[in-house]
Amino acid sequence: MKDILRLVIVLTTICVVAAVSLAFVYDVTKEPIARSLRQEKLAAIKAVLPGYDNQPDKEVQTVMLGKDKRGRELKVDFYVATLNGKWVGTAFTSPAKGFGGELLVMLGVTPDDRLNKAKVLKHQETPGLGAKIEKEFIDQFSGKSLTVRELKVKKDGGDIDAITGATISSRAVCDAVNNGLELYNEHFKPPAKAVVQQE
Amino acid sequence: MKIVQEFTKGFWKENPTFRLVLGMCPTLAVTTEAINGIGMGLATTFVLVCSNLLVSILRKFIPDKVRIACYVVIIAGFVIIVELTMQAYFYSLYKSLGLFIPLIVVNCIILGRAEAFASKNPVAESLADCLGMGLGFTVSITVLAIIREIIGNGTVFGIHVLGSSYLPFLLMIVPPGAFITLGFLLGFMNMAQKQGK
Repeated sequence: MKDILRLVIVLTTICVVAAVSLAFVYDVTKEPIARSLRQEKLAAIKAVLPGYDNQPDKEVQTVMLGKDKRGRELKVDFYVATLNGKWVGTAFTSPAKGFGGELLVMLGVTPDDRLNKAKVLKHQETPGLGAKIEKEFIDQFSGKSLTVRELKVKKDGGDIDAITGATISSRAVCDAVNNGLELYNEHFKPPAKAVVQQE
Repeated sequence: MKIVQEFTKGFWKENPTFRLVLGMCPTLAVTTEAINGIGMGLATTFVLVCSNLLVSILRKFIPDKVRIACYVVIIAGFVIIVELTMQAYFYSLYKSLGLFIPLIVVNCIILGRAEAFASKNPVAESLADCLGMGLGFTVSITVLAIIREIIGNGTVFGIHVLGSSYLPFLLMIVPPGAFITLGFLLGFMNMAQKQGK
């Protein structure tokens, strides 16, 4: 009996001490972590949009898209960028299924309905092969018009040069871009036009 | 003298990766780039030193029957501390190691040293032992990562060393390359051991 009591006391003490120190570390690192995450997001937004002077992650249009098969909420955040109060572009992310798993692309669209730039944020493609989507491949999307749909790899009748040996990864990026642009056309309310409609 | 011995055995005689063949999951998975090897090695060393120091201090206080549970709580606690700190202050390193940080918990080297050494030896020896083991592990996986990075990508720490005409041998970057490199290094260690005798 005495033995069991000692086991309980020792294990409990160790667990309590561990819990308290974890709570302390969590509290100290909470802000720096939030800052790192935000900086990462801002850097990605900056990479796909022309110059702006506001804080796009503070001016967000969130559109709910219902739920996926597993019941998780699907949504898309449109980050609105302005320069001197004038709308200069919108950034948002779009996922697709690649060769090695999910990949995520950040897209920047300008008010003249052009894709300013795209950037791969996250991917699990084969290193040295599919992973090349991060480099020159993704630059092919810069400046493409939203109204003319030609964003397919050449094999599928589009005008994007696929990466040799990584057609699936190349197609996945095209999918992400196309789906994203479709959502943009369907759901995004341009700030300037919204004002006109109110008048 | 004994302390020095406890420290140096981790590098060669009882090298955790090549002689004890412990902690294979991080060894094989993160060694695609030299910088990842160093980051993973140092994070593991930190957890190893902290947890084994504590285990050694508490070795008379922890009853035998619940010792594994206690060790696991201590190790897991330090791993979360490392994960949060890295995420807060070394975000880019955290992104490339990401998934493998929580796996330090199940790295056999740490529980192995706690059980086999720190729970039976005084603080100074335990400290020397796990510092040696941790740094031995760091050196081992960094060597592995350097070899894979040179052959698989033509770079070391991201700097091109083999010139632009070198065509990367991709196999070395993907998981089978880790097994092949590890096999050759294990063979080399065995050969060196035999000749030393």
